[in-house]
Formats: sequence, structure tokens, C-alpha cells
Amino acid sequence: MSPDGTATPPRQNLPATLRDPRPGRTTLGRPDDYLHAEHTLRSWLWTIDHKRIGILYLLSITFFFVFGAIAAGLIRLSLVVPDGQIFTNDTYNKLFTLHGVIMVWFFLIPSIPTTFGNFLLPIMIGAKEVAFPRLNRTSWYIFMAGALFTMADLVIGGVDTGWTFYAPFSTTFSNTYVLPALAGVIVVGFSSILTGLNFVVTVHTMRAPGMTWFRMPIFVWTMYAVSLIFLLATPVLTITLMLLVMERAFHIGVFDPALGGDPVLFEHMFWFYSHPAVYIMVLPGMGVISEIVPAFAQKKLFGYRFVAYASLGLASVTFLVWGHHMFVNGESETAAVAFSVLSFAVAVPSAVKVYNWTATIYKGSIKLDTPMLYAMAYIGLFVIGGLTGLFLATLSIDEHVHDTYFVVAHFHYIMVGGTALAFLGGLHYWWPKFTGRMYPEAWGRVSAFLGFIGFNATFFPQFLLGYMGMPRRYHNYPPEFQLLNVASSMGSLLLALGYLFPMIYLVWSLRYGKRASANPWLAKGLEWTTSSPPPAHNFDEQPVVDFEPYDYRDREARV
Amino acid sequence: MNGGNRDLALWPIAASAGAHNTDHLVWAFTLVTLMLTVPIFVGFTIFSVIYRDGRPAHREYKEKKGRSEAIELSWMLIPFALTLAFFAWGARMFDIHRHPPANAITISAIGRQWMWKFQHPGGQAEINDLHVPTGQPVRITMISQDVIHALYLPALRIQMETLPGRYTELWFNADKPGTYRLYCSEYCGTDHSKMQGLLYVMKPGDYQAWLAHQGASQTLTAKGRQLFAANGCAGCHENGSTVRAPSLHGLFGQPVPMEAGGTVIADESYLRDKILDPDKNRIAGYKQLMPSFKGVLAEEDVVALVAYLRALGPKEEGASAEDAPDRSTATGDSTP
Repeated sequence: MSPDGTATPPRQNLPATLRDPRPGRTTLGRPDDYLHAEHTLRSWLWTIDHKRIGILYLLSITFFFVFGAIAAGLIRLSLVVPDGQIFTNDTYNKLFTLHGVIMVWFFLIPSIPTTFGNFLLPIMIGAKEVAFPRLNRTSWYIFMAGALFTMADLVIGGVDTGWTFYAPFSTTFSNTYVLPALAGVIVVGFSSILTGLNFVVTVHTMRAPGMTWFRMPIFVWTMYAVSLIFLLATPVLTITLMLLVMERAFHIGVFDPALGGDPVLFEHMFWFYSHPAVYIMVLPGMGVISEIVPAFAQKKLFGYRFVAYASLGLASVTFLVWGHHMFVNGESETAAVAFSVLSFAVAVPSAVKVYNWTATIYKGSIKLDTPMLYAMAYIGLFVIGGLTGLFLATLSIDEHVHDTYFVVAHFHYIMVGGTALAFLGGLHYWWPKFTGRMYPEAWGRVSAFLGFIGFNATFFPQFLLGYMGMPRRYHNYPPEFQLLNVASSMGSLLLALGYLFPMIYLVWSLRYGKRASANPWLAKGLEWTTSSPPPAHNFDEQPVVDFEPYDYRDREARV
Repeated sequence: MNGGNRDLALWPIAASAGAHNTDHLVWAFTLVTLMLTVPIFVGFTIFSVIYRDGRPAHREYKEKKGRSEAIELSWMLIPFALTLAFFAWGARMFDIHRHPPANAITISAIGRQWMWKFQHPGGQAEINDLHVPTGQPVRITMISQDVIHALYLPALRIQMETLPGRYTELWFNADKPGTYRLYCSEYCGTDHSKMQGLLYVMKPGDYQAWLAHQGASQTLTAKGRQLFAANGCAGCHENGSTVRAPSLHGLFGQPVPMEAGGTVIADESYLRDKILDPDKNRIAGYKQLMPSFKGVLAEEDVVALVAYLRALGPKEEGASAEDAPDRSTATGDSTP
């Protein structure tokens, strides 16, 4: 099984039919791994190890997530009553701005790329490091500087523009601390650009011998696609927000008609970044699911090449659909029709992935462990989120549900149901690799169920609220909407438990969890051929790739 | 709201044929999306039972050449083609919503933080609430005085963003009398969620009675005519003036040749721009002499002026030749 067979007792009873191209090591009698190579705080903060940087990001985004989630809880609390008695209108507006800014820019966008991407991308392609390790460390510092600054501004001062910063409200009319918030978001954008650059160069230049493009796992493909979006879209956000800063600080008219500007121009520029940003959130989730589903079905991913191409297809088409946010915002009719049909075209690559996952488990050998439960929850929610997106892309339906809770529900199905559940699924799947410990399986399954049920209980009523006509960002709403709002708020309690449990038991498992073997899921991919946790330089010997991706054992042997 | 206890309702009342059409589109689309997705959910459930790890099952599976490509292409193209029908349906309705019929009455709406002001053609004004007749196309032109708002009428399944500095419009033909809600749906600051009111859809007779009961000192057009005289517009633009300025009779809806070439249709936004920012869109054949009325006229005055200009019919017979624009120069200039 392994060159030093004596050191791998847990693997001795594996079926001989399992094809294991690169034998791994166990944690027994191992040399120091990346976690134990050094112990000082300085060794963490000054690290250039992509794995440690991934862990730093994991801790950082969890920290930001907690703040964003608390704000969400307070929003749901205040919406239990229709007439906004719990907070003032200003406080409510600041709360949803805080929730949106933190969740979008400091949790969802960096979530999977900076944590799993940093940790796993080099390992998955058989590299020792990312292409620019010091730049990688710099990215984290830039991210933390910008994000902490903005968060301090949002918590202490407060901003009431919403995460979309629509002009001229944000430039001329808001009396809150908009400029510091913009400054922080602009700074964080540079961190995204540098991470994207690093990943693109890494994938191009650092692949192990034999690791051709079509031997890369889908997760690497999606990271590559996301990096391209980071590189091409984020600068537009930087420019747009800089223009906002100039208008607000120096009254240079760009967006405010009173200064000779055009407010619709801001919407175009903002969504030119922010629609691709949705795919920055969604693509990595698809990458994670494309790893989990084959591993827990023990079967090759169906239509690997189509899924790889679909990732790049999504990353391209996503640049052509931004105008669907402006069907009723003063966009010309011709533009609206064009953006509508292009938005329908986005559905195709998305559909390919969902159908491929379904076809993958056909005749597989399915284990319903926690990561697989999260993956199935993801697929269910992503399908609902994606198809309601088609409703919104239909011009005359958008005329009704634009800027209502229907939109709120739709993008939460995509972002929370999609990205956040994929993140949790991936976290459980690679937890043994990150930490060398197993999480408690029973608790994991309970949390996955709670997350799925709590999520639907929270957000499904919002589809109905939206179609009934409740506008978003409403603190005072008509009494006939109270019933559904209370239902949604109660669901959010379940959802909160679904988030809280993993935070507790994953930390618990660091000390009390079972030690993990190199490949607890019998999964394929280079990350499972090295020890759990991996050594500081990922592999003891340079891996050579002579196998296809998702090369699960022959089906005949499992009949 | 309308029709007894709505607290337990899960579907909004539709108060126009257009709203019913939107509902039909949504139901049909829901049906098709269920067709496309139920197989996924059923597949996942069945497969995870019969192919559960450790359960004996037939797992032999051979990849036939070309089969997976055929499957991939079919599940890419079939859903796309099916959903395109709904794109077309939605686009057709959208096209209708963008072209108000000629016989529509025009109500003007002004949005500001945090209230709506509606003005009926007869000059009747109301704050936050809106009364409209059934069986009559109603067009609402709107503009904002400050930030972006949006006028949202859920019972009619329609909304439009209200922009500062530019008119936008929506129209509908309500057919079910009742009391419904109207909202500002674009976030506009502190009291965004209080920028809401009621939409009263009334039988034409009731609407006329309501208009009469409101009583208005003067119609919008009359107010516009007064402003036209009071601000000295007539001095240049009316017959017999010494300054050569284009006549505004019958201008509305007509193409105007531009100095830079091409033409612009003289719609509400064009007229507003000419009043507040005359340097923009210079007209071919005329020297730009007109001063800007920015800061002089309030947004509501501009609305009244525009209403007056819209109502201004074609020039009377026998008007003097001097105030007709020099068409030969105009066409000469507009030729690139």
C-alpha cells in the first residue's frame, strides 16, 4: 500500500481493488506537518505557507461572518412586528447595510477562494506553493486592513446606503460615514485582484509533471475561472467606487444629475462588477460540490470536460448580463430585451452542472456522510435559486417582483443556499486534511439538516412575500405581511443553530476529534495522497500524475 | 385590504388584465421549471436509496462512445429552448408596457424623500395616495427631486424607477375597482419604508365625482400657461417676438434637428432639459440664447410647463413666416 507499510495500520484493511496512485502517509510517526512545523504567533502572522494563509483567511472570514449573521438576526427580529417598533428606521437601515457589506465583500466573495483555494489549489495540482507566496501573504494583510477598517466604520459610525451604494443617495444625500466604508471596500478589492493573479499564474506554471489541464480537478477549474473574474471585474468596482468617493468628497459630478451626472451610469458600472461577483460566489461552490459528489458516490464525475468548459462559459457569459438589474431603471427597451435573453443563456451552463451531478450518483456507491448531505442540500437550493433567477430575467415578471422580497429570497438561495452550504460541505469534507482530525459525524448530519430546513423556512416565505408585493429594505410593512415575516424569522432561528453547531463541534474536534487518516473518504485527487495534515511542503516527493481525474475504482468490482 | 381579511392571503389581487397575464406567465413558468427540476430531486432521492453504499445493486456501467455527449447536449439545449418561450412571452408584455396608448390620461408623479405627490390633468393634487379610473389607460410620468425612488403598484404587477433629472413613465389599464397599496420600492433613505400609500381604483363615474369633489384652482395646463407668460418664455417663443426663437406649437412628439446632426424626439425629458439646461442638445438653425431656468423653476413648475407644452396644439393658420424655423439651414446642418 505504501512505501513504509508499517506506518499505515488504518489503511491495511482497504480493499485491494482500490487504485491508489500516490500512497499517502498517516499521522502516526509522522514528521512535523505544516501545523506543527513552528508554533509561534509570528510564524503564523509572517507565514508564506499557502496552507497557513488559508487557515488565516478561514479564521478571518468566520469572524466577519459572525458579525454579518448577528446583523441578520437583528433584522429578522425587528421584522417580527410590522410597524418597526424595535429599532428606529435609521438603525434598521444601518443594520441591513452592515449585513450586506460584510456578507458580500468580507465573507461570500473571499470565502471559498481564499480558504479552500489557498489551501488546496497548489496541493491539487501537485505544487509546493502558490506562484507568489509573499504576495499571497500581502493579500491577506490588505484584506484584513480594508475589512477591519470598514467593519469598524459600519459598527461604530454606521452607514445607511445599503451594500449597493446607489448614487445620488450615497454621494449627496446620506449623512452617514460612507467614505470610510468605500475606502475599505476599495482596499479589499486589491486583495481579490492579487489573489486572482496568484491563482492564474499558479495554475499556468506550477502544475506537477503529468498534470495536464484536463487532469485538473473541477475545483481547480472553478478557481481558475473565478480568478479570471477577480482580475477582470474587480478593477471596474475599484473605479466605480473611486468615482463615488470623488463625487461625495469633492462634488465632481459623475452620477448626481444636480451636478450634471447620471445615476443610471452608476447602476451600470456597479452591476458590471457585482453581477460577475455573484459567480465569484457561485463557481467555487460548484467546484466544491464537484469534488464531494464523486467522492461520496465513488464514481467518476459525469461529463468532466463539459463541467470544466461550463465553468469557463459561466465566467464569460456572466460579464454580459449585468443589465438585468436595470429592466425598470431607465434602461432602453432594446438593452433590456438583449440582457434578458443573455440572462437566459446563463441558465444553460448552470443546468449542465446540476444534471451532471445527478448523473454522477447514478450507479454509484453512495455514502450519505455530512459533506454529501451538504452537497445535496446545496443542489436543491441552487436549483430553486437558479430557476427563480430565470423568473427575474423574464422582463414582465421582473416589472412586478423587482426590488421586492422575491429578489431577496432568490439571491439568498444562490448565495447562502449555494455558497454558504457549499462552504460548510467543503469545510467538513477537507476538515481532516486541514486539521488532521475528524469532526463528529452525528453532529455534522444534524447540522446539515438544520441548515437545510432552517434555510428553507427562512427564505421560502420571502418568495411569497415578494410576489405579494412587499418591497425589500422595508422596516415598516403593511400588517397583512406579518404572518409570513414571523414564519421567516422563526426559520432563521433554526438556520442560526445550523451555523452555530459546526462552529462549536469543529473547534471541539481540534482537541477531541478522532485522528484522521490521509484519505478518510477514499477519495481521489492529489490532496488525499499526502498526509493529514500535509507536511510544510505538501508532498515528500514530487508527485507525478499518470491518472485521470476522479479515477474511482472499477464499477464491476462493486456490483 | 380589498375584499375582507387579507392577512392569510398568499397571492395578491390582480386589478388589471395585464396583471392577470403576468400571473398566468408565472404559473406556466412554474409548471415548466417543475418539469425540469423534479427529475433532479426524484433522481437524487431514488439513486441515494438504491445505490446506497453496501447495498447490493447493479452498478455495471459502460461508457458508450458519443452517448454522454448526446446526453450533455440534450440537457443543455432542451431546457434552454423551453425557457426561451418564456423570454419571448415576457418580452412581448414588456414591449406593451413600454408603449402607452394614445388615449391614455397622464398623471404626473413627483417623488421626494419621503413622499409621493401625484397631479391629475385637472390640477387635482394628492400626497402618497393615488386615485385612478377603471377602463381607461392611465399613464404616469414621474420624476424625482432628490434620490432615486421607484413607483410600485403590486396590484397591477408593475413598477418603474423614478429618477432625478429625467422623466420615466409607466402605464396600465385597471379593471377591478378597489383599494390597493402603492410603494416606493427603490431604497431612498431613512423613511423609505414610509413612502407608501393607497391606490384607489374607481369606476369612471366615481373617479369624476372624486375629481370634482377635490376641486382644483386651475388645471395643470393652465398653470403651465401662466408660468409660460410669467417667466418670459412667451416673449421669445410666441408670435411677433423680436428674438428669433423656435415656435413651440405642435412641437411635442416631433423630431427636432440637432446642431450636432441627427434628430431628437421632443418628449417630456427633452423639454425639461431645454428649460433647465438649454446648452444641452443645441438645435440646428438657432443661436443658443436662452438662459437656464435651473433654480428658478421648481420641479412642479417644470411639470406644469411641460404639460402646457404637450397640450399646445399646432400653430394657428396664418401665423407670420418669421417665427418658422429656417428649415433649409436646419436640414443643411443636420447633414453630416
